[in-house]
Amino acid sequence: MSTTQAEIAEFEEQADRWFAENKPANPGFILPETFMEVGTDQQFEFLRDWQSKVYENGYVGMSWPKEYGGLGMDQVFQDIATKAMAKHRVPFLPNTIGLNWAGPLILAMGSEEEKSKYIKGILSAEDIWCQGFSEPDHGSDLGSAQCKAVKDGDEYVINGSKIWTSLGSYAKYMILIARTSTDGPNKYAGLSFFLAPMQAEGIEPRPIKKLTGEYGFCQTFFNDARIPASCMMGKEGEGWKVAMATLMFERGAAGGQAGGLAMMDLSIDDIVELARRAKRNGKPAIEDPHIRGQLVELITEARGNSYMAARAKVPALATDWPTAISMSGKLRSSELKRRMCQFAISLQGANGARYVSPEAVDGGMWQRSYLNAFSGTIGGGTSQIQHNIIGERVLGLPKG
Amino acid sequence: MTTIDFSEEQTMLMETAVDFCRKHSPLDRVRAQIEQQASVDPGVWQEMVDLGWLGITIPENYGGLGLSLADVVPIVESMGRHLMGSAFVPTTVATQALITSGSEAQKEQWLPAIAAGASASVALTEEDGNWNLTELGSHAEIQGNEVRLTAKKNFVLDANQASVIIVSANIDGQPGLVLVTADQLPEGALVRETVIDETRRSYTLALDGLALPADQVLKGADFAGIEQAALLLLTAEMSGGLSGVLHVIIDYLTTRKQFDQYIGSYQSLKHPTVQILLSMEACRSHLYRAATCIAQNSAGEIEAALRMAKAQGSEAFAFAGDRAVQFHGGFGFTYECDAQLFLRRALWCQYQFGDAAYHRNLLAPLLLDETVA
Repeated sequence: MSTTQAEIAEFEEQADRWFAENKPANPGFILPETFMEVGTDQQFEFLRDWQSKVYENGYVGMSWPKEYGGLGMDQVFQDIATKAMAKHRVPFLPNTIGLNWAGPLILAMGSEEEKSKYIKGILSAEDIWCQGFSEPDHGSDLGSAQCKAVKDGDEYVINGSKIWTSLGSYAKYMILIARTSTDGPNKYAGLSFFLAPMQAEGIEPRPIKKLTGEYGFCQTFFNDARIPASCMMGKEGEGWKVAMATLMFERGAAGGQAGGLAMMDLSIDDIVELARRAKRNGKPAIEDPHIRGQLVELITEARGNSYMAARAKVPALATDWPTAISMSGKLRSSELKRRMCQFAISLQGANGARYVSPEAVDGGMWQRSYLNAFSGTIGGGTSQIQHNIIGERVLGLPKG
Repeated sequence: MTTIDFSEEQTMLMETAVDFCRKHSPLDRVRAQIEQQASVDPGVWQEMVDLGWLGITIPENYGGLGLSLADVVPIVESMGRHLMGSAFVPTTVATQALITSGSEAQKEQWLPAIAAGASASVALTEEDGNWNLTELGSHAEIQGNEVRLTAKKNFVLDANQASVIIVSANIDGQPGLVLVTADQLPEGALVRETVIDETRRSYTLALDGLALPADQVLKGADFAGIEQAALLLLTAEMSGGLSGVLHVIIDYLTTRKQFDQYIGSYQSLKHPTVQILLSMEACRSHLYRAATCIAQNSAGEIEAALRMAKAQGSEAFAFAGDRAVQFHGGFGFTYECDAQLFLRRALWCQYQFGDAAYHRNLLAPLLLDETVA
């Protein structure tokens, strides 16, 4: 079945119109920019309702199989819908872990039963997912996970804790890495992967206050928590393999995501617009030669990033280190975002020192965005670890 | 819609060029060629001619293939990767000048000759090193059927073997172009100059009232088009050079041991090497985006795309060359270490046709002022 240009054009118009007409009104409270920043019930419910509405109207999970709750359509339609969301600056879809990592993983590696059980709830936001990979003592070093899972009859008993569980208080399921054995030939061999129910007795997510002063993450404690053995994905001891497949989705190195807007992305155009409004020596900051130079540098970097995906589609132009572009997506975009926020604050003169308040430039969103930008440069493996991973896996440099 | 197109012709040209440059320009050959008078072995030049490379951008009615400047990019990128010297780039830029600005008679005389292997060059840079190609001290006056050309130019590449050189000068007060043939050059007009990139054969051109037939003045003076060709090809060389130097770095980091460890295992070397990789990827993306704009003839985008590419690539390649020397430690300080070849090439590329700061200045109005809704 091939898609005609006419069908595409028609859908473009339809999606554009729907998001223009259905963009939610300003709720009167600050909305988070990513799923890692959902700090209040009010924010959560607003976003969940939005995702449900988007799903009911057929704009997310469009390329996922029909029999599990998707629409079975060509990926091109989802890309169009996602673009329309970004264009109209509608809120993001909060079930990020489900839509982008757990969902594609289950579709790629899960059993028939797992697909039937989980996929629809991921899309409708009825079942929120969270991730239990990092531990307090092993931030980016996933292989050293110590959280234990001991088999007892047809259950596993979990003990330990996980940290940085975004949406932990709201999640119904967690993708969980736990240690089922310490006897393996290496630390990776003893890990197993679970699709764990968060409502089990003995699982307690406790919110963590972030550097912004807001909530958004949990530390999740497991105290003799019993989960059905059938929650294991893959076999016992295969957890590392499954986790790596998940991380490929997380880093954007593998397709298959449900689509939809995952975050309110800061664009370089927003910074240029701020530079027009901000004043330097009484004149618009955008007239200052030094600021102009810095803006041009940032635009050049942002454009370079935006061309990467297009170039990666041309195999002849990605020859020597073919995985470099896909493996570096998170590193490039998160570091650029952090620096764009820093620069935006620098445009505000003495008001750069303000924080979220009516007096601050744009209500202090730039300062808050900057502090929150560390979630990108730290979460999912710090930028420093990303350099190691790219150096070792893409360039073949020796491990330290 | 932002796309990067890469045609079948480009893919084929790239495959051929990759093999060609690997075969003809391993680094020991590059070093041996430095000692020679010519920038490339005449036999290798003839092979390029036989492959049709000199005629790629030349319209079919003048004996060329009638393709776009974008089709030359994968070839020049491969040459850059292997630090291959040759008159290919200056000839291609001169060809572009003839195509955009030459008279019908000039095209008929020179384009078929170039396609058949005559090399050409451009004399654009003044003694003061000004990157603005239209701010000229060289001048020419037309008197009847004669034009008298007074010029002092630097960085005229492979001028010793060029059959024809396109020289910029104020012609009766307006920036223009004059064509000078090899046999018209007075004795001593060309002097080899010492430049940082030893794979180059660079000359100064000094003319003091040289009388030429007036029909050697080019009909047009498309300095913008000439600059664009030069920026595109320089960025292609830099993109290839970035890959080349990255291979040199990785080879050393994975074979050299210090304190019982391969030095590539140390994060202080590993992390900047990854930065070089990502800057190479950015350079390549900008390069092929600019090439796509040229192939699609998207007039509004070409200038910004090229200036961004040159600005980003210049800094990236200079950083990579600089780190390549440093990462080789004591060996990096020696002439024998290949890192210096790439660092010297990077410095050459950085300072030809505008460095990063120069292009950012010109980008500011393009990117910041016209977007006002």
